[in-house]
Amino acid sequence: MMPDRIGWLRILWTSAIALLLTIAPLPDAINAARPDWLLLLVIYWTLNAPLLAGLSYAWICGLLMDALVGTLLGQYALTFVVIAAVAHRFQLRMRIFPVLQQAAIVLLLVLLYHWLLYVISGFAGEQFSSWLRWLPAVAGALFWPLLVSVLDTVNRLSK
Amino acid sequence: MASFSSDIRPIIGRGPSLIARSFFLVVISIGLMVADHRYHYLDNVRQVMSVVVYPVQWIVDMPSRVTHWMYDSFADRNRLRTENEALTAALRDAKLDLQTLATLKEENQRLRELQEAANTISEKRVIARIMRVDLDPLRHRVVLNKGQVDGVYKGQAILDTQGVFGQITQVGRYTSEAILISDPEHAIPVRVNRSGLRTIAEGTGATGKLNLPFLTSEADIKPGDLLIASGLGGIFPPGYPVAEVTKVERSPSETFATVEAKPTALLDRDYEVMLIWYQPQEFETFAQSDKKATRPDAKGRKP
Repeated sequence: MMPDRIGWLRILWTSAIALLLTIAPLPDAINAARPDWLLLLVIYWTLNAPLLAGLSYAWICGLLMDALVGTLLGQYALTFVVIAAVAHRFQLRMRIFPVLQQAAIVLLLVLLYHWLLYVISGFAGEQFSSWLRWLPAVAGALFWPLLVSVLDTVNRLSK
Repeated sequence: MASFSSDIRPIIGRGPSLIARSFFLVVISIGLMVADHRYHYLDNVRQVMSVVVYPVQWIVDMPSRVTHWMYDSFADRNRLRTENEALTAALRDAKLDLQTLATLKEENQRLRELQEAANTISEKRVIARIMRVDLDPLRHRVVLNKGQVDGVYKGQAILDTQGVFGQITQVGRYTSEAILISDPEHAIPVRVNRSGLRTIAEGTGATGKLNLPFLTSEADIKPGDLLIASGLGGIFPPGYPVAEVTKVERSPSETFATVEAKPTALLDRDYEVMLIWYQPQEFETFAQSDKKATRPDAKGRKP
């Protein structure tokens, strides 16, 4: 199917950009507040292209995160799948929400994501807590409207 | 919000349920984590994956490479001359030091032969560049541009010109990941240069601070003391400077003193570091019998 192929390409290159942003150097002052770009993207595609961006897409994105920044192979894969599953479960409801309400739910999802990572690192015996750990969730919620408007524009233009 | 025309159908009700599929993937992920954490089966998988993400690291690192290249290519004459003068002066000083060092080294070798305790600080070293890639901000890790193809191994010691920098934690095909001595998960066995007192220096998460938690209030240590690697873990070659003690607090009611030290290596300013191939004698037999696996936890990382 033609639209499917185009959709896949779009999902691929946006994911690649999100991966670049994940490790792009930032000044130390704001480094801890870096949004989880790839996770936000997975949530976005889950809401907007649920047939293309399924759970396996989320899982593969998580594995890439593991290869890129992870200490334990599989920790990001697991958390990505859980978040994507929750997003899939509520996608019909979430996609008709106004964007600010979506941002609030994204905040909860990213908090859940970081809590899961925290628990996993606890099992692996590498846990240390800092309030900085929760900053990316706030940053993610703040950047959500921007991300949605940019990607919606991309989608509209490439139609 | 725009959406694809083919996306309106609900995904639920097609194929296995959402719960079943996510459960399946979660179980696979947990299996991966257990295999990686407990048994270290996945070193090969990690290598393949490191090749997959290498382009991402390469692209992100590019601006830093380009600026360095530009800096070198478009240097004006004035700067080159001052740089040259500074380097010549530094080289002269180093040569003066070396003259005495050569005789000391010979004398040391002779004494060691008398004691039948050969020291095997290997000569092989390779300069690696730190890629400008940000990993987790809460952990002090860096990516180096040398990997398995250059012979890098897990647990390899990394130095810079001022002291001990860290060690390799993961080896990819073309890159490797290193942990800094300031990472809260890192600990390094050290010796106080003045008194010979042995202890352990832990990272704190701040680049300018190490913690020495196992020193009693009576311990012979004071601010200004130099801490050197003791070589006990079998990772770091003995004698290299690690940190300088900055603060010693003894309180009569406490068993342990609060001791802090500042790493001598320029942890947050380095651009190039040195990988060294160091095989301590007492660990050789062990390393041969267990070449593929990681070194034990006594190697300097906390259990």
